[in-house]
Amino acid sequence: MATTVHEPPQIDPRRLPETKHSGNGGWRNLVPADGDLRVVQHYSPPASSTGIWVVLFAITMMFAAFTSALVVRKGASLDWRHFTLPSILYFNTLLLLVSSVTLEVSRRRVAAFMGGLRSQSESPARWLYITLSLGLLFVAGQYIAWRQLSAEGLFLATNPSSSFFYVLTAAHALHILGGLGGIVFVIRKLSQSVLRRSTLDATARYWHFMDVLWVYLLLLLWMKL
Amino acid sequence: MHDMSAHAVQHHAPPTTFIRKHVFSLDHKVIGKQYYALALLAALIGMALSWLMRIHLGWTNAAIPGLQLLSKNGAPGGVMTPEYYLQLMTMHGTIMVFFVLTTAPFAAFGNYFLPIQVGAEDMPFPHFNMMSFWVTFVGFLVLIAAFFVSDGPSLGGWTQYAPLSAVGAVGGPGEGMGVVLWAASIAIFCVGQLLGALNFIPTTLDLRVKGMSMMRLPLSAWAWFITSCMGLTAFAVLMPACILLILDHVAGTSFFVASNLVINDQLQPHSGGSTLLWQHLFWFFGHPEVYIAIVPGMGIVSHVLVANMRKPMLSHRVLIYSMGALAVLSYMVYGHHMFVSGMNPFSSLAFSFPTLAITIPSTIIVLIWIGSLYGSKLRINSASLFSLGFVSMFVAGGVSGFFLAQPSIDIMLHATYFVVGHFHLVMGVAAMFGIFAGTYFWFPKMTGRMMNETLGKVHFVLSFIGAYAIFMPFHYLGMAGNVRRYSAFVADYLQPLIPLHQFITVAALITGAAQLIFVYNLIHSRFWGAPASDNPWECTSLEWSTPTTPPPHNNFGDHLPVVYHDPYQYGVKSSTGDYVMQASAEQVATVNEEK
Repeated sequence: MATTVHEPPQIDPRRLPETKHSGNGGWRNLVPADGDLRVVQHYSPPASSTGIWVVLFAITMMFAAFTSALVVRKGASLDWRHFTLPSILYFNTLLLLVSSVTLEVSRRRVAAFMGGLRSQSESPARWLYITLSLGLLFVAGQYIAWRQLSAEGLFLATNPSSSFFYVLTAAHALHILGGLGGIVFVIRKLSQSVLRRSTLDATARYWHFMDVLWVYLLLLLWMKL
Repeated sequence: MHDMSAHAVQHHAPPTTFIRKHVFSLDHKVIGKQYYALALLAALIGMALSWLMRIHLGWTNAAIPGLQLLSKNGAPGGVMTPEYYLQLMTMHGTIMVFFVLTTAPFAAFGNYFLPIQVGAEDMPFPHFNMMSFWVTFVGFLVLIAAFFVSDGPSLGGWTQYAPLSAVGAVGGPGEGMGVVLWAASIAIFCVGQLLGALNFIPTTLDLRVKGMSMMRLPLSAWAWFITSCMGLTAFAVLMPACILLILDHVAGTSFFVASNLVINDQLQPHSGGSTLLWQHLFWFFGHPEVYIAIVPGMGIVSHVLVANMRKPMLSHRVLIYSMGALAVLSYMVYGHHMFVSGMNPFSSLAFSFPTLAITIPSTIIVLIWIGSLYGSKLRINSASLFSLGFVSMFVAGGVSGFFLAQPSIDIMLHATYFVVGHFHLVMGVAAMFGIFAGTYFWFPKMTGRMMNETLGKVHFVLSFIGAYAIFMPFHYLGMAGNVRRYSAFVADYLQPLIPLHQFITVAALITGAAQLIFVYNLIHSRFWGAPASDNPWECTSLEWSTPTTPPPHNNFGDHLPVVYHDPYQYGVKSSTGDYVMQASAEQVATVNEEK
């Protein structure tokens, strides 16, 4: 198979970039700016920023599966019973949307705190605590919604529509609890002064995603149930 | 030389306590070995189950001594009931597909060697990595626990088709608690595999050392990366399906059970569920799963072959792109499992085309292997023999896929032994051969000792001949109309085929016994094998550049390597011989350079 014999690659160690953050190539530095992959930049983004996208993708697939199950199950049945969503869900939605805003505020405060722009006396954790409380309120609000439905006689097994309502909202609430765990982790790290920016960024992305996911679920339930 | 910005994240100090070193270890190498041990245990259990089934198929009314101890109701007097046969079959399939074919080539070898091959000190999230193994282990225990519940494990097969899987204990033995445990086990397993993907993907994308471009990754690293992307998508869909199945059992919901279903003269309290829904959800996972089982094997075999051919593959890139194409197409073909399910015939047609199309990347991969082998002076050792065996099994099993891909032919062959022969060769035996090739090849690096080559070759010859002796007649049985999942053929038109079943059973017993040679070789060599050098096969990739064998806790000691060359620069003239290692700064004349 030997057709052409290449000259030895002239790899000059001096050409290998030594500076940090030299990533100016293509996506994730897979393609360096000069197109020569032999000189791949050695800066890569923190693994947590790739990791969080992996997590969000898995969650997306999971809810896509639930969604397709709902659509197929509804299409295949004659027993689907429509019901009105408990109105507290809309209030919960508002809580969750506000919590995203407060988390974004806290992210900026923490960034400023880390950059030394704010006085040390002001705790940047305050907005994180507010976010945490709003998240807990959301879960409590979802619990109230479940109680209201069961008071109406709609339980998990009553009808496929109520089954899907409980399954989707519970699966989402579990993921919210995971996000709250993440925020508690960030607060703890912050209080020990060992918080990494990438950890907070990943937590914030997860939380905002939970927000978007909930709005999607609410629309889905509103249209289909 | 080494770069702190990218690698500070994963650094962790060596453990000091026994628990942290060997049990709840954060070290990817220990976790890889734990996965390997789990897969070995699972494979032995799965093999023993297949022995029991084979003996029953050959000599249906013969008592198997001691079987009544395993299940008093399932095998009174040592003769298994039809239900118990199905329960053993379900456990065999589930254990083999999930806990052997998914864990060994992907999770075990991937965990051990992916970080080393990209030049990382560890995975980026070691705690999640540790959880990944232990969650999988708990899933295994939950599955095995089904043997010890009153009506035994599930009998629905590894595909657990509804409504059989969803009606509950009223349907008969193996349809109650056994299914709940099965579904719980698989849901737990999914969590473990998702945690694995969470580590594999950032390891490949973010933790490569300086100079290691994507195209310079070895084929095995590419295979693990592609597999982790597939697993991420597939297991995230199977988990919700299992949750819905469990709810049908324990909460009285009706996701999968249709209305007006009467079982044992009892009208079931379910309404309007869709039995096809389960099949759609399951096969959306199930078909990619067979590629999750086989693609790591392709990567391992390519890696082993190229080192023993002493020349690069015909095309490194095309091989990678073909594996990627397999991964993408695997999601578009799942409906070919459902040709006779009653779905719209046009859907069958729509699923048939991509199914035929997926043979194109598979064929390209095989042609690259064969074309590269042609004219090479292959070094014959246990690892390269099992790699050749992999190619042979993959081709032999793949050819029958052409027949099954066409709905009109599949109507005839569906649910016969033809299908069983097809998937056992193409994903079962082939993937096992990939595991064996990887074991013989990497054992020196993992333990610091060589395996016995003579025993390895004996193991290969017996396994190779044995596998064909078992699974080739399956195709004939299927064409003769031998349906699968029947526990006995003594009283119907299949009676004349019983002698062939007896032949297969004898072949299975001998081939299975030959695997004990491997187990002996593995254990004996681990403690008393000849000491291995750092690079016994004269290979180029980074796992052979570690300062010690086995590698130290942080893989590369004080200095991370810098990569200067393609992964497979064999057949060159260098100071070390006919190869130049990736981490060697020596400049040599090469035939081809990947960018």
